[in-house]
Amino acid sequence: MNPEFSHRQSAHCESGVTANLFRHQGIALSEAMVFGLGSGLFFGYLPMVRINALPLITFRNAPGGIFKRVTRRLGARVKTSRFRRQAKAMAALDRNLGKGIPTGLQTGVFWLPYFPPALRFHFNAHNLVVTGKEGEDYRISDPVLEETVLCPPQDLARARFAKGALAPRGRMFVLEGVSDHFDLPGAVRAAIRETCRGMVKTPVPFIGVKGIRLLARRLEQWPEKLGARKASLHLGHLIRMQEEIGTGGGGFRFIYAAFLQEVAELLGESRLQELSREMTAVGDRWRDFALLGARHIKGRGAEEISYPSLAGILRECADREEQLFRKLLLILA
Amino acid sequence: MEKKMVPQDACLLGPWHEICYAVDEQGRYVLAPSAGWDPANTANLQAWEVIGEEIAAAVGRVAGGKTSPLDVHMARCQMDVSLLATYVGLARWRVRRHLRPAVFSRLKPALLARYADIFAVLPEMLGRIPDMAEIPVSLQRFEKDQSS
Repeated sequence: MNPEFSHRQSAHCESGVTANLFRHQGIALSEAMVFGLGSGLFFGYLPMVRINALPLITFRNAPGGIFKRVTRRLGARVKTSRFRRQAKAMAALDRNLGKGIPTGLQTGVFWLPYFPPALRFHFNAHNLVVTGKEGEDYRISDPVLEETVLCPPQDLARARFAKGALAPRGRMFVLEGVSDHFDLPGAVRAAIRETCRGMVKTPVPFIGVKGIRLLARRLEQWPEKLGARKASLHLGHLIRMQEEIGTGGGGFRFIYAAFLQEVAELLGESRLQELSREMTAVGDRWRDFALLGARHIKGRGAEEISYPSLAGILRECADREEQLFRKLLLILA
Repeated sequence: MEKKMVPQDACLLGPWHEICYAVDEQGRYVLAPSAGWDPANTANLQAWEVIGEEIAAAVGRVAGGKTSPLDVHMARCQMDVSLLATYVGLARWRVRRHLRPAVFSRLKPALLARYADIFAVLPEMLGRIPDMAEIPVSLQRFEKDQSS
């Protein structure tokens, strides 16, 4: 019989799930370490992909990307499966639970009855761990909540087969085994390099600091192109993508800053402490952006908070992040 | 963000707290619970306001005989025709056709049951405009803020 799965709340669902699964296997990694090792920090502005008719803005890599990278870099054995039929997917989950294996799932949040109602949108890249069954109901360790919760089977089945963008298609993932001999400093270096490359070396205009600048340019044009009302909706959407639970562009900067702080000690590299502080400062600027943007939405101080001034903050974030990631590349080179 | 600055603006999460990363007095990162943050609340309520408007518009259309009750359920579940079509496993043009009241009234029970299952209502309730066509958040605070 496996030991009880210990639930720990985290800021972000996928890094939290991954950290909790590793801890269950006896490897204690902080959420920040997992987020960094999984190269979770990212920026993408993809106006051609639409979510509820609004452009896709992401502050993290693709769903499943953190789990995939961390397990690869630490040499863990994983089993990931997707399903066509709900019944098969639920039977496979039950088999795992019968063997006492805590099982990670990708789900939509719209159908999860325990989720705060105000946050139940069609967002399909949520992650959670099912730890057992109590009667018919499933015991769930949802890393963004403080405690474990119960979920009826029909709701969980729905959430696993939510449709639309990033549909989970019943995705289920298990850590089958971990290796004790992994090279953490090496993995950290590789992970940081990947994040830096994504942020400053990508040749396409939608990704990384170029993406932030593209967003700034588009944002300035929103009032003319879309009219006041739709521009305000686009701005609100951007703030939600940035600050709502489980996403969090500002929040991700802080998690990454915590990661850099941890790594500074691990690698004995004091310059990383400095970059961690700078990352925190940039995160604060992202929050300033959300604060001013929200005031604009509320219609207060609409004159002094203009779209160009908001775009100015984004450009400042882009410039500072560009410098930061370039320095980071030099330190690790 | 400093630990003492972690916002506690309860609104969306109900009794729950989310985790924030913040630095303590020594500059070290710690985990701090947050009840929510007003800018995020504002943006979220704005999204719900739009959903509320869409539901009201759909109720108006159904009451005016322009569309079938599926319209209201679709708005209530934050779906558009293409998302609903993926859920029900039909082509979009068929779902669009089912939005016409005359077509809807002739739908076979099996198909009605599929729609009812997706919208999580009883099949016999599907034909009525649901009373539950309301959103799970209160916009009062949001509206008060906008007028102030």
